[in-house]
Amino acid sequence: MPLDDGMGLHTPDGFLTPAVSIVMWIAVALAIAVAVRNTNRTLDDRAVPLMGVTAAFIFAAQMVNFPIFPGTSGHLLGGVLAAILLGPWAGSLVMASVVAVQGLLFQDGGLLVMGANIFNMGIVGTLGGYALYRAVVHVMGGEARGRYVGAGIAAWAAVVAGATAITIELVVSGSTSLVVALPVIVGLHALIGLGEAAITVAALAFIGNVRAELLDLRDSMGRQSA
Amino acid sequence: MKRGMGRWWWAVGLALAALVVIVLAPLASPDPDGLERVAIDQGFASQAQGHPFQILSDYTIPGIEGPVSTILAGLIGVGLLFAVLWLLGRTLARRQRPGTGR
Repeated sequence: MPLDDGMGLHTPDGFLTPAVSIVMWIAVALAIAVAVRNTNRTLDDRAVPLMGVTAAFIFAAQMVNFPIFPGTSGHLLGGVLAAILLGPWAGSLVMASVVAVQGLLFQDGGLLVMGANIFNMGIVGTLGGYALYRAVVHVMGGEARGRYVGAGIAAWAAVVAGATAITIELVVSGSTSLVVALPVIVGLHALIGLGEAAITVAALAFIGNVRAELLDLRDSMGRQSA
Repeated sequence: MKRGMGRWWWAVGLALAALVVIVLAPLASPDPDGLERVAIDQGFASQAQGHPFQILSDYTIPGIEGPVSTILAGLIGVGLLFAVLWLLGRTLARRQRPGTGR
């Protein structure tokens, strides 16, 4: 069956073998379980509306494909944005929910492969990107100084990491070969990642301008639980 | 956190998300995204299987044509995700704010 054109962008059923799909479900289930536990430990009620708004905005932004090359488009992922605002665990729950709703309600992404989709788009980049964000911020001497550089780098890396993950899954599934797929998929997403970086930084800058205390929320929740 | 519109900052954020759907989603590039592009070019796009059920497939409302369909579908998604994450947050946020004595 041909892919729907336009909006559909997540991996459809049929691209990954059942075995790979199941492995990814196990991985994502573990990650979500940890995310739920950690969110429960650290989230305070100030962050509740922000979770809603972040999910709503990321879903909306994911609908806005932007051109990369003639014939190819990209779109926001949002995992690093979610992680910077809410922390990596609540951020992962936001991303997982977005991908789940996309798959279940909008048929964007397969059902068997939804574990992989959530993992690639919602976990890998959110957790890995956040770690990279913290590292860059540390090197730059704190969040006030390093926030935007950190966010840009982490956002870019999250997209590339997610693209690498799906490539590996496709290759293991026998859908394509590493030599062919890796440079193309990762290369394309290295470009898409620039858009991700720009949108993420712009969103943070906007929030910093209109509601700066929201940028301190994640850190203050983390300090409370320490 | 009482600057600007005070307690209703989240409503403004939600409105912004809705605005993104209304204004930008209809302008979105119709070209396939990176993965789809590669799947088409490398010949494994035809492996894709359909869905066992269709609800708001392709981000459209069945029976409604054009950009209005996309906008309405998108607004449903925005509203749904806002509600789901708010509820999830409410459920998981058991910690009290310092100084509230809750």
